[in-house]
Amino acid sequence: MTTFLQNCFAGLALGSTYALVALGFVVIYKSTGVINFAQGGLLALGAYLGYTFAEDLAMAFALAVLLCCASAALVGAGFERLVLRRMVGRPPFAVIMITIGLLFVLEPLITAIWGFRNKQVPNPWNIRTVEAGGLVFGVRDLWTIGLTVAVVLAFFLFFRYSSLGLAMRATAFDPEAALAQGISARRVYAVSWAIAAALAALAGITMAAGPGGLSPSIGFIALAAFPAMILGGLDSPAGAVLGGLVIGLAEALTRGYQQHLAGWAGDNVSVIVPYLLMIVILLIRPYGLLGTREVRRL
Amino acid sequence: MAKAHRNLIRGYAEQLRLFGTPPARFGLLAMILVFLLLPTVVQDDFWLSVLIYVGITAVGAIGLNLLTGYCGQISLGHAFFIGAGAYVTARVGGDLGLPLPVWLLAAAAVGAALGGLIGPFTLRLRGHYLAIVTLGLIFIGEHLWRNLTGLTGGNSGTSVTAGAAIGPVDFGALSIAGESYSRNQGYFWLVWGLVGVIALLAKNLVRTRPGRALQAIRDRDQAAEVIGVRAGRYKIGAFMLSSAIAAMAGALFGSYQQFVSPDEWNLLLSIQYIAIVIVGGLGTIFGSVLGAIFVGALPALIDRYSDAIPGVRTSVGGEGFISVFALNQAIFGLLIVLFLVLEPLGLAGIWLRVKNYFKAWPFSY
Repeated sequence: MTTFLQNCFAGLALGSTYALVALGFVVIYKSTGVINFAQGGLLALGAYLGYTFAEDLAMAFALAVLLCCASAALVGAGFERLVLRRMVGRPPFAVIMITIGLLFVLEPLITAIWGFRNKQVPNPWNIRTVEAGGLVFGVRDLWTIGLTVAVVLAFFLFFRYSSLGLAMRATAFDPEAALAQGISARRVYAVSWAIAAALAALAGITMAAGPGGLSPSIGFIALAAFPAMILGGLDSPAGAVLGGLVIGLAEALTRGYQQHLAGWAGDNVSVIVPYLLMIVILLIRPYGLLGTREVRRL
Repeated sequence: MAKAHRNLIRGYAEQLRLFGTPPARFGLLAMILVFLLLPTVVQDDFWLSVLIYVGITAVGAIGLNLLTGYCGQISLGHAFFIGAGAYVTARVGGDLGLPLPVWLLAAAAVGAALGGLIGPFTLRLRGHYLAIVTLGLIFIGEHLWRNLTGLTGGNSGTSVTAGAAIGPVDFGALSIAGESYSRNQGYFWLVWGLVGVIALLAKNLVRTRPGRALQAIRDRDQAAEVIGVRAGRYKIGAFMLSSAIAAMAGALFGSYQQFVSPDEWNLLLSIQYIAIVIVGGLGTIFGSVLGAIFVGALPALIDRYSDAIPGVRTSVGGEGFISVFALNQAIFGLLIVLFLVLEPLGLAGIWLRVKNYFKAWPFSY
């Protein structure tokens, strides 16, 4: 029982990172109808910027986190301004491919600037643990979960109550009607890219400030967030959070038990569990758990 | 009555003819001559091997273009099918020792069957969802290749000893009229001959009824269904055909390289194929081959001349700004972005414009 709960906790911590990244996907998808494959690049960029601020420039960790989110947001908005804006009205295939192209430009740039070697990000939480009820909680994991909860709350409040949030919801619902009401679609698009990039950077820096340290492969975490987003439904922020947690739990539990229960399946099955889960769910519910069913109309 | 000018197209049938005009017939003749003579002129093993890899890539790119360019289905999983083809060849051509036609068709059959497995998804999912399911294929495939050690040799890879003989003609050690040719020369003729055959078949497919159905589905699948196109059936068919061709490319790749490992069938390979299709021109068979020549040759050329490119690091820990691998990746990314933003029709579109300019000359304004 204890092991099970311990595994569940690890899964929730992992899942909240996925949730942050998936939330970023959903923000962009909802307002612009684009799936941003470059999210992993933005995540890695954020993590490395955080490293530069916290280690090279020796800033306080909280300040470094804020700064790296802000600079990633600038880069995200820059992408939208320079590249994506030219693609408005083009087929989804072309737009997806543009973001993949951006990812494949961003990744080598990062390795060119920061190198391939692993970096140690200053870890404000060390490897301290807290014990409660026979369970051991890593302080870092607690922080990750706490940060995610805070960000998700802020996110939903922003969409519910701020005028910019309202403008974004309106644009997502019906871009032309929103334009007719005087909402600046350009501003909405730029803001969604900025928010998504900031979320990715936050996920990146919380991942990097862990025991594993920082290496160029950190962008892969965003690939595992794809199934999380699909699982929850492409256009549902709540679904993104739910999907992230489900995927995180499934991955952690597989890591914990697969060797005993299904050793025949080979090593590292946990890496592909998100995709398997996604495929099964998609066969049952093609639009994810909370996604909107697409109305097909001629 | 005066005879119509030879370049004038006077009907739909003439418009659809493959090599109907004198310039096209001249082009065909030139291509055949280059195909026959090139390996005897260029005997350097490096250049021949680059051309052979380009040819193999062109085969795979034609497959992806049928799916993505003609049918509008996004697939990030092309590398999975290429890998499957290579392993089938290793077992059927190598272990069982069967001849080339058998292992090539076996690879195609397995590829088609695996592509058919995606069928249920293509029926239910569209656009973005499908892209991510096929992305999942890459990762699930990689897991399979690493763990099905009996089939694939696991992490350490497997050697492919499949021969390249069609009947009495062995392309691995060609000897015609007392003249013997190297393995590279033989493979050049084999691979580019197959490129020609597959391109011709694909071209014929897309100008017939099923091909028009595919394009109707790409342009507007619901409207296609309304006018009586069985969209689901054609989508699955396109996936199976494209996977079968991809598996054949993988089979050729394995047999030429004689060794394959799971590290080769990764996302970068899929992206390389997408870059080829985009750069060459979506929805043109000729563009797939152009793109394969342009993009497929890049990694080998960069590798060969990396010393001469400023800022490139040639060894681990060496001097330089960017590694060869990273440079390749960045170039693929940049090509995709630049072509999609600036020239969505790709190289084939540029070619078409140049051609039209001279066709209308001197009234080309």
